[in-house]
Amino acid sequence: MDIQRGKVTAIMGPSGTGKTTLLKLIGGQLRPTAGTVEVDGQNIHQLRHKELYQLRKKMGMLFQSGALLTDITVFDNVAFPLREHTKLPESMIRHLVLMKLHAVGLRGARDLMPSELSGGMARRVALARAIALDPMMIMYDEPFTGQDPISMGVLVQLIRLLNDALGLTSIVVSHDVKETCAIADYVYLVSAGKVVEHGSPEQLARSDSEWSQQFMHGMADGPVPFHYEAQEYAKDLLGLET
Amino acid sequence: MLDYFQRLGASALGMFERLGRGSVFFVNILLSLPSVIIRPRLLISQIHSVGVLSFALIVISGLFVGMVLALQGFYTLSDFGAEGMLGVMVAASLIRELGPVVAALLFAGRAGSALTAEIGLMKATEQLSGMEMMAVDPVARIMAPRFLAGLISMPILATLFSAVGVLGGYFIGVGLLGIDEGGYWSQRHAKIDCDQDVINGDQ
Repeated sequence: MDIQRGKVTAIMGPSGTGKTTLLKLIGGQLRPTAGTVEVDGQNIHQLRHKELYQLRKKMGMLFQSGALLTDITVFDNVAFPLREHTKLPESMIRHLVLMKLHAVGLRGARDLMPSELSGGMARRVALARAIALDPMMIMYDEPFTGQDPISMGVLVQLIRLLNDALGLTSIVVSHDVKETCAIADYVYLVSAGKVVEHGSPEQLARSDSEWSQQFMHGMADGPVPFHYEAQEYAKDLLGLET
Repeated sequence: MLDYFQRLGASALGMFERLGRGSVFFVNILLSLPSVIIRPRLLISQIHSVGVLSFALIVISGLFVGMVLALQGFYTLSDFGAEGMLGVMVAASLIRELGPVVAALLFAGRAGSALTAEIGLMKATEQLSGMEMMAVDPVARIMAPRFLAGLISMPILATLFSAVGVLGGYFIGVGLLGIDEGGYWSQRHAKIDCDQDVINGDQ
């Protein structure tokens, strides 16, 4: 699997096929049992603790829940990585934080606590925090799950805009086909821990593979059967053992 | 039979694995202590939440434990006409044994459970993973300050517990039961020694 610089790469597949695990492998939070992960030419799992943390400063990650720190305000949440990793004066941090919050449209929400935010707003704040250190790469874990259509539209637009404006490399893990295909440059379809197919969204929509067709168009029956494996219905009703 | 041994082996291996993980975690905390000392802001806020907020509980419990010791001690000692030794009895049992033990139990109940709930919530809401991905080590940022705060608060709280307990004994012994005030303090002063009783907890 190759992820190109400066592009939005989507990784799609059914729930439980290891999409989030893949992001955790890239972030170095999990160790692979086999194979290697390279980021920016460095093999993540051979790095020392310190080098890994250096590399992570160049990565941003947006968690499904937002993962905002619940005991501090929105402003302090976005300022958190800046205060941890830089020695910038407070006035400079204020400018940077307001700039990042403005980019996601939440400059006015800076004094709210995370518990006062809606799900969509929490994700936008988390996005502002993820870009606080101007990373080279940003990973989105299920950014569209559980969002209303408006927040969804905002997030879709933000992911694309930020990618192009900041020259980021984006990895989007999702199973919302329509939204993801709208912004992705390249798509990997994953099932049961394996890449099934890859290509541009247009290529995949016209794919011959039955599995890809079923997934891309959300059909109820196909290579992934509607019925969970069971014995024959008639026999089951009559109570006969097979 | 073989099954039994297999399960025994598996549970032993599991136990050692947990033990090892715990030890590595502990060593990691110790290694990140210097970073806490360099930036004491986090440590101070933790001493507040771990130590200062346990203050009321420790003081009230200490007071009542001292009062009960004095009351029950008085009934037993007065059978032998030795009420004058009440001050020593209360102070010795508090300083040598009860003070640190009961204070530690209360501390574990109050501060320990609060810490567990807080860190458990952070784990469940991915805040710890989030920190890791922001290149902030959760062990250094979250665990180490709390550990050090406990280490600093606990002896102070145990001391407070014993001191307030001795005062509680004074209220009951001198105030209610009419023991000689000078005896209560001077006996205690003569028989309790910092080196032997506080540091060693010895007879």
